[in-house]
Amino acid sequence: MFSNRLFNILIPVISVVLGLLAGAVIMISFGYNPVAGYQALWNGSFGDTYFFGETIRQVTPYIFTGLAVAFAFRSGLFNIGAEGQVIVGWLASVWVGASFDGPMIIHLPLALIAAALAGALWGFLPGLLKAKLGVHEVIITIMMNYIALHVSNTLIRTVLSENKDTSDKITDSASLASSWLMEWTSYSRLHYGILVALFAAVVMWFLLEKTTAGFELRSVGFNKHASEYAGMNVGKNIILAMVISGAFAGLGGAMEGLGTFGYMPTHSAFTNLGFDGIAVALLGGNHALGVVLSAILFGTLKIGALNMPTEADVPSELVEIVIALIIFFVASSYIIRWALLRLKKEGK
Amino acid sequence: MENYVVEMLNIRKEFPGIVANDNITLQVKQGEIHALLGENGAGKSTLMNVLFGLYQPENGEIKVKGEKVNITDPNIANRLGIGMVHQHFMLVDTFTVTQNIILGSEPKKGGTIDIKTAEKEVAALSDRYGLKVDPSAKIQDISVGMQQRVEILKTLYRGADVLILDEPTAVLTPQEIKELIDIMNSLIKEGKSIILITHKLKEIMEVCDRCTVVRKGQGIGTVTVKDSSPDELASLMVGREISFKTEKTAANPKESILSIKGLRAKDSRKVEMVKGLDLEVRAGEIVGLAGVDGNGQSELIEAITGLRKTEAGTITLNGKDITNLPPRKVTESGVAHIPQDRHKFGLVLDFPVGENMVLQTYHKAPFAKKSMLSYKNIYEHAKRLIKEYDVRTPSAFTKARALSGGNQQKAIIGREVDRSPDLLIAAQPTRGLDVGAIEFIHKKLIEERDKGRAVLLLSFELDEVLNVSDRIAVMFDGKIVANVTPEETNEQELGLLMAGSKLEKEGGR
Repeated sequence: MFSNRLFNILIPVISVVLGLLAGAVIMISFGYNPVAGYQALWNGSFGDTYFFGETIRQVTPYIFTGLAVAFAFRSGLFNIGAEGQVIVGWLASVWVGASFDGPMIIHLPLALIAAALAGALWGFLPGLLKAKLGVHEVIITIMMNYIALHVSNTLIRTVLSENKDTSDKITDSASLASSWLMEWTSYSRLHYGILVALFAAVVMWFLLEKTTAGFELRSVGFNKHASEYAGMNVGKNIILAMVISGAFAGLGGAMEGLGTFGYMPTHSAFTNLGFDGIAVALLGGNHALGVVLSAILFGTLKIGALNMPTEADVPSELVEIVIALIIFFVASSYIIRWALLRLKKEGK
Repeated sequence: MENYVVEMLNIRKEFPGIVANDNITLQVKQGEIHALLGENGAGKSTLMNVLFGLYQPENGEIKVKGEKVNITDPNIANRLGIGMVHQHFMLVDTFTVTQNIILGSEPKKGGTIDIKTAEKEVAALSDRYGLKVDPSAKIQDISVGMQQRVEILKTLYRGADVLILDEPTAVLTPQEIKELIDIMNSLIKEGKSIILITHKLKEIMEVCDRCTVVRKGQGIGTVTVKDSSPDELASLMVGREISFKTEKTAANPKESILSIKGLRAKDSRKVEMVKGLDLEVRAGEIVGLAGVDGNGQSELIEAITGLRKTEAGTITLNGKDITNLPPRKVTESGVAHIPQDRHKFGLVLDFPVGENMVLQTYHKAPFAKKSMLSYKNIYEHAKRLIKEYDVRTPSAFTKARALSGGNQQKAIIGREVDRSPDLLIAAQPTRGLDVGAIEFIHKKLIEERDKGRAVLLLSFELDEVLNVSDRIAVMFDGKIVANVTPEETNEQELGLLMAGSKLEKEGGR
């Protein structure tokens, strides 16, 4: 009745449904109308072309950070540093984007590559420490997040601007913004980045599933000892996984820098794009296609939530609770798996 | 009406997709040693877990001393006087023997644990059954055999009348096995009953009164051991005739393939485990490496295969120095390695069988072209090996985790042997496998030898060493202490050599 594959799809779907149901219960218990609430959520994300454009815009960096966390996870590493990698990627893309003007065909790729390299560097250091000294990547990546946040704030104030709280605007030749996409979506901030993100998802799938490098990364992710026995260089693969993961997250930052904003403001706190990427990867089962789908869900919830207070008087914090509940149910997928097995047994 | 202390009647236990126990009946008499014999995955452990209250049967009933009981958890089993000694000991290393024994049912005096009384009780129990256990020793300081006796004491302390011993001899040296047999006999004399789970026929013949055989979840029947023979038991267990004597012709050794001189290596705690070892393996011979676990065998093999750095000495293969080369270089020089721990080293359990079969060669043609994997070639290769090595798996796409131990091992052997290595290192290749799989693996090792390959066989089973090897190197305390041939030695002598005694007559090789 349930094949393994079906199981892997059913569990996130059921988690989402349970999360939404639990959210409805909470809305009712606080005296809100859940039907109106969810209708507002839907209208706020897909109700008209503007909201649709904003939703897709929000999905774009989520795909990247989701891919970053998923890629590291498939290689047996927990990259909590996607947040910091987003920030340095954002910074690098804006830096390159604002410092000169040139033909777009050179300038835009250059800005993207700069973002990827910055993110890769931020992943390389924890990878190196893990591979050579066995330092746990979680600790290092968390610290690297803070370094990224404060160093980038300082650089924005001192180097990228003259003591201001935002960097200079990037030049048009480095921008992902598109006038026709904006016009088509009633002047949302939708940009070409979504195409880059979808391409990146294909790259991740291809790299992991089709190449010998991906074979090694997956093998190391599952079993370091057997990989070493089989002649793979475990340390090299750990570093490589963190570098590629960091590059994905760095590109996620470039989506904000070159697409949504066109500049970088100083941040008093984390962007949360990287942290949300952990949830995106978890819900997406650490697979490229799953990450894209779960990024769409998270983007939808985030943007749709903004409409809930105005249209249905439901506080948008409630959506945060729903998201948290969805993650809770994914994380406790064991319970769902167990329940499905029971059902299966009784159905016989 | 016989006087049965435990009866399991027509037990049926299902798991999703499989029937683990189908209509099995096991009746244990008061004061007997009753063997439960079956291949891996035949359902022995499931049956015992049902008796011990870890699983609930779908069907059938359990009677203890004639009364129908419902064992829903291990505490109830304990109360009914059923005790289990697991294959993997459940002991706290840093606690003393007494502390371990009273764990969970501590005698109290006031608000504190009355360790003095407990120690006395443990000592008394130990004396009564001839267990010779020091109640105040820490678990980490005592031998494996002693630890096992602590486990036995634990069940006795809880008042067990029926002891389930799950493959108790798997971890013991020959001398320790002798002692265990004495202990089992003294337990019987005191009126206890024992259920012995095993697939070693020799032990059954030696100590057991009766034997219940299970095969593929089915109860095959119960036989009286003294009216039976190892051959009969084996064919009952496997369902076909099994040959015990490994058929082989005399070895015809040729040039030296592996030559190790003055090798020194440390373990991960930086303790020197290999202490100036010399060893030679020639083409066309199987050298058995005998020894008690922990005398440097693992470190030796890791040093040869490049998994461990050596401190001194040289390892040459076909005259080429391979000392401290990385594993891939060693593999490519012509070494194949069936690792001791197949789950940790041999397989990526979450990879499909097919991908496990190219674990060392995935980056080479025909499995990869220009860094791109060719799944078509990978799976064609896998299908061929699955057929040639009789790996029973639903398909090449099945995860290695889903295979039984014997089939996982066959997959590894297929992969390693198929590379046509000059040197094949087999570390405990039959550990935990049933006679059918063991027979197959021994045959393959001898086939490889006959093709002119050098085979180094590490085994803790003396039977295996004596049966399969052409030459036996005994390892003790990091050195080869004796070189003997199977014809000129026997288990007793090997056992003594393994324990560090010197060979009386000079010579050997």
